[in-house]
Amino acid sequence: MAALNNKYGWAWFHRFASPPYLYRVAGFLIPWFAWPAAVLIAAGLYGGLWSSPPDYQQGDGFRIIYIHVPSAYLSMMGYAILAVASAVGLVWRMKLAHAVAAAAAPLGASFTFLALVTGALWGKPMWGTYWVWDARLTSELILLFLYFGFIALQRAYEDSRSGDRAAAVLALVGVVNLPIIHYSVVWWNSLHQGATVFVGRGSDIAPGMLWPLLCMIFGFTLLFAACLARSVQAEVLERERGAAWAAEVA
Amino acid sequence: MSRAVSALLVRDLKLAYRRRGEVLTPAMFFILVTILFPLGLSPQPELLRSIAPGVLWTAALLAGLIGQESLLKGDFEDGSLEQLALAPLPLELTALARVATHWLTTGLPLVILAPLLGLMLDYPVQAMGTLVLSLLLGTSILSLLGAVGAALTVGLRQSGMLLPILVLPLAVPVLIFGAQAAAQAAHGEDPAGALYLMAALLALGLTLIPFAIAAAVRVSLES
Repeated sequence: MAALNNKYGWAWFHRFASPPYLYRVAGFLIPWFAWPAAVLIAAGLYGGLWSSPPDYQQGDGFRIIYIHVPSAYLSMMGYAILAVASAVGLVWRMKLAHAVAAAAAPLGASFTFLALVTGALWGKPMWGTYWVWDARLTSELILLFLYFGFIALQRAYEDSRSGDRAAAVLALVGVVNLPIIHYSVVWWNSLHQGATVFVGRGSDIAPGMLWPLLCMIFGFTLLFAACLARSVQAEVLERERGAAWAAEVA
Repeated sequence: MSRAVSALLVRDLKLAYRRRGEVLTPAMFFILVTILFPLGLSPQPELLRSIAPGVLWTAALLAGLIGQESLLKGDFEDGSLEQLALAPLPLELTALARVATHWLTTGLPLVILAPLLGLMLDYPVQAMGTLVLSLLLGTSILSLLGAVGAALTVGLRQSGMLLPILVLPLAVPVLIFGAQAAAQAAHGEDPAGALYLMAALLALGLTLIPFAIAAAVRVSLES
């Protein structure tokens, strides 16, 4: 079997099933994610907050886009990672994939929360209200509750293996829900009018504003990756707290 | 195989008939929640007419939650769920039969009661057909989703608290399209689009959710 795996080049994947290996890989990757993230975010903040001109319509208020858009995108990305890790854990019975999912859930929830808060702060000066029952906003809130459900279910089980697998099933059922909620922007607005926001403005953005935004998006993605690697390490350590190697590295 | 499924259905329906009081609870809850809205907001007919689709749909969603905890609990506690999982009949089919019983005993009464409550909320009579159809489609999807939630939490002691948190976010699309269809019909618009989407959700649910229920039952039995 091992020879077969090597022949098709899958051995590298199976090595991730070893907790010390995953712990080391995550630790090795953190600086490779974190430093470019710091540089990109610094550049993006400089470009976004100082060098780019105020928007002709929104004045300086638009600058919150540099936090809001990356966190909104990562809130979806986080759920995708959660779902893929859950699927890997369920299908291949790979225990550490569940550790990745467990690490991704609170992170994804944090970015969802950040997207909601920055959206509300942006909404107040632009639309005169913190909250509108627009499909996009509501779906983001629902996403937050999907994360909460996942975390709550996983922690409700005394036996962590059952909790992992139950939460993974929930994550996969929820992923079917995501595109539906996402497209409800299109479907729901036929009823609730007057909230055509955020969507499709990206391509019209001026180049001076675009490059800081792209920097922030890539920087946030790398920051997310670094945080994920770090919390995967923590998760693995916690799950392996009885093991000898864990006592050595901790 | 079909004999086994029908035997399961008959058994579950008989069991439900023996616990008539429990079966009626969601219907009573549905009526009570609906009554709270005119009392809490204002009994003006114009207001009631405009909120009727949303109120009926929200109340149906909440009433549907009531029966969900007991959907698999009894069978889990007396060990028959384990036997069903070991039986040669695919667990997916067993799950589907159980969902069908749940819908017949909790979803269907809500659908039957809805026109009456609709009249009390001044919902237009000519749109009643759409309201019933939307609830017919929607409550079946809710039974499917509820079964996933019930299967995931059946082994837990505090499942009653957790279940709504798991199921309600998943039920949001059903609520959106169902209330939309009912509201469009009330305004004299064509509700076909929303109804087709609900039918599509139901088709998707019927094909995929039994697998999720079976997987969840297996997780719960292992713990």
